[in-house]
Amino acid sequence: MTTMNIGRPVGRRSGVSGWSGRTIVAVVVLLFVFFFVIPIVWLLLATTKSAHMLIVENPFRPGSLGDLAANWNQLFGFQDGAVTAWVGNSALYALGALVITLIASIPAGYAMALTEFRFRRLLLVLTLIVMLIPNTALVLPIFLEMNVVGLIGSPLSVILPMSFFPFGVYLTYIYFSTSVPRDLLAAARLDGCTEFQVFTRVALPLAAPIVALVAFFSFVQSWNNFFLPFVMLPSSDGYPVQVGLTSLLASTPAFNPSSAGAQSVQLPTLALATVISVLPVLIVFLFAQRFLVAGMTAGGTKE
Amino acid sequence: MTVTQETARPTANPRRRPDGRSDGGERSTMSYAFVSVYTVLAVAFGVLPAIYALYLAFTDGDGGFAGIANFTKVVGDFRFLPAVEHVALYLVIWLVALVVLVSFLAIAVHAVRVRWMSRTLRLVFYLPGALAGASSVLLWLFVLDPTASPVSGLLHLMGFSSFVQVIVPANLPPVFAIIAFWTGAGGWIVIMYGALNNISSDVIEAARIDGAGTVQIAWRIQLPLLRKWISYMGIMSLAAGTQLFVEPQLLSQASNAVVPNDYSLNQLAYQYAFQQNDFNGAAAISLLLLVIALALSAVFVMRGGLFERD
Repeated sequence: MTTMNIGRPVGRRSGVSGWSGRTIVAVVVLLFVFFFVIPIVWLLLATTKSAHMLIVENPFRPGSLGDLAANWNQLFGFQDGAVTAWVGNSALYALGALVITLIASIPAGYAMALTEFRFRRLLLVLTLIVMLIPNTALVLPIFLEMNVVGLIGSPLSVILPMSFFPFGVYLTYIYFSTSVPRDLLAAARLDGCTEFQVFTRVALPLAAPIVALVAFFSFVQSWNNFFLPFVMLPSSDGYPVQVGLTSLLASTPAFNPSSAGAQSVQLPTLALATVISVLPVLIVFLFAQRFLVAGMTAGGTKE
Repeated sequence: MTVTQETARPTANPRRRPDGRSDGGERSTMSYAFVSVYTVLAVAFGVLPAIYALYLAFTDGDGGFAGIANFTKVVGDFRFLPAVEHVALYLVIWLVALVVLVSFLAIAVHAVRVRWMSRTLRLVFYLPGALAGASSVLLWLFVLDPTASPVSGLLHLMGFSSFVQVIVPANLPPVFAIIAFWTGAGGWIVIMYGALNNISSDVIEAARIDGAGTVQIAWRIQLPLLRKWISYMGIMSLAAGTQLFVEPQLLSQASNAVVPNDYSLNQLAYQYAFQQNDFNGAAAISLLLLVIALALSAVFVMRGGLFERD
C-alpha cells in the first residue's frame, strides 16, 4: 500500500548522491561501532595493567599477565575475599530465583494458554500490565512489606520478589498458545491422561525451548538487578556482586579520595571487578543472541 | 476417567465460556493448581505492594488518614522539582537519541548486503547490553575520567581535564543518556532489524522500480512500518527512564557527593525512606512513579495490539 506513494522517479541524480550519501552513512555507522566497542575493549585491556601503566601508557596497549595476576590477587584479597562471597551470593540469588520462576511460570503460562478457568482473563491482564512496569517501581513498597514480615537481610527478601517474573509467564503463554494445538491435549485426555499427566507428559516435553528462554531471561535479570538487593540487604556479607561493586568503588581513591588506606582499590582492579561482575551474563549473551531476540520480539511476531 | 467426570459434573464454574463450553471439575481445579504458585507471587509482590504503597501514601506515621498531605509534602520539598527536572531532561535527550539513532542504525545495518558484516555489526551494537546496571556505570566512570580514559584526548579537546569537570550538574543528563543509550540501544537495533526483515522484498523492489532511492525507501516505507516498534521502544524506555536510580547513585558515591544523592526521583524516595525514616513520604513518591508507569503500560496494553494472541 505504501508503494503507491512512490510515484515520483528520482532519475539519475540518485546515482551520485547515493554514492556520497552511502559514504556518509558508512562513516556514521563506523563511529557508532567505535562508540560501542571501545569501552569494552579498553575495559578488558585495563585488567592487564598496573595502575601506573593505565594512566601513563597508550590506552590500547595490552599490559602483562603478571599485572593481571596482581590485580586478580588484590581484587580477591579485598576485605578477606569479599568478592568471592559476592559472586557466590549473586549465583545463589539468581539461581534460586530461576528455579522458583520456572516452577511458578511454566505451569501458569500453560494453564493460561490452554485451559479455561474463572480468573484467567484477570490474571492475564494483570500479567501484561505488571510486565510493562519497570521492576524498580515496586521495590520500595516491597521493602516495606518485607519489613513487616521481618525478612529484611535474608536471601529470601531478594529471591522471592525476583521469582515473580510476569515476562516469563507471558513468554510461556505465547509459546503454548501458538505452538501447541489444543487437539493434542484433547487426544491425550481421551487416552486416559489426567490433567497433571497432560501437562507433564505432553506439554512439558514440547516446552523445552521456552523453558530455556525463560531461564535465560530470569537469570540475566536477577544477576543484573541492583536496586532490589541494594534496598533489601543492609549488610555487606549479603551483597550480590552488582551491589558489591559500590563498596569497591567507595574504596577506590581515584574516585573517592577519602578512601586511601590499606584496603584501597586501584583502578585496574576495579576494572577487573567490573569484568567479573558481568562475565556470566556476557558469556550467555554471546551464545544466545538469537534467543534473546526471539524473546524480545515474541509479542510482535503474529504474522 | 477424566472424561466421565467431565460429563458427570457438568460445571464447577457458573460463568459462561466465550466458546460456550464448560469446564470439567478436575480440569479447572488443576488449572488453579497450575497457576497457584504464580498467583501467590503475583499477589505478594505485585498487588500487595501496590496496595500497601497506596495505604502508606494516604496515611501519616501513626496510621491515621492523612488525605493528600504526603503528596503536598513531597511535591513541596525543595528537592522535588529539581529531581523532576533532572529526570525529564535526561528522558528527553535519551528518548530522542534512541528513536533517531536506533532507527537510523537499524536501517543502515539492514542495508548492509555482506552477511558476516551485518551479523558482526549487530553483535557489536548489542553486546554492551550485557553490562547492565552498576557494571556499565562503572565502565563509564572510567571512560569519563580524563586521567584514565581511552578517549582522554577527546575529553581534553572538549575542555575537560578532570573527572569533576566532566560531571558538573549541567552535563549529567547527557552523560546518563549516553550510558543508557550505550547499554540499551543494541537490543532495540536488533529488534528493529528483525522487523525490517519482515517487510516483504516485493514492496521494496516495486518501490525501486518506481525510481525510489535508498533514502526514499527508508523514509517512506521502512520508517512507517517500524512505527509500531518505535512506539513500543519509546513507551518502555520512558517508563524505565523515570526510575533512574543506579547511575546517579553511583556517580554521587564516586564524586564525593558532587552529584547529590537526591538527584533523581527514585533517589529522593530512597532518601525519604532510609535517611528520614518517612515511609509515607517515600510511598507517596513511589506511587507517583508507579502511576506514571501503570498509565504508560495500560495505554500500551489497551491500544498497542502488540500483545493480542490472534
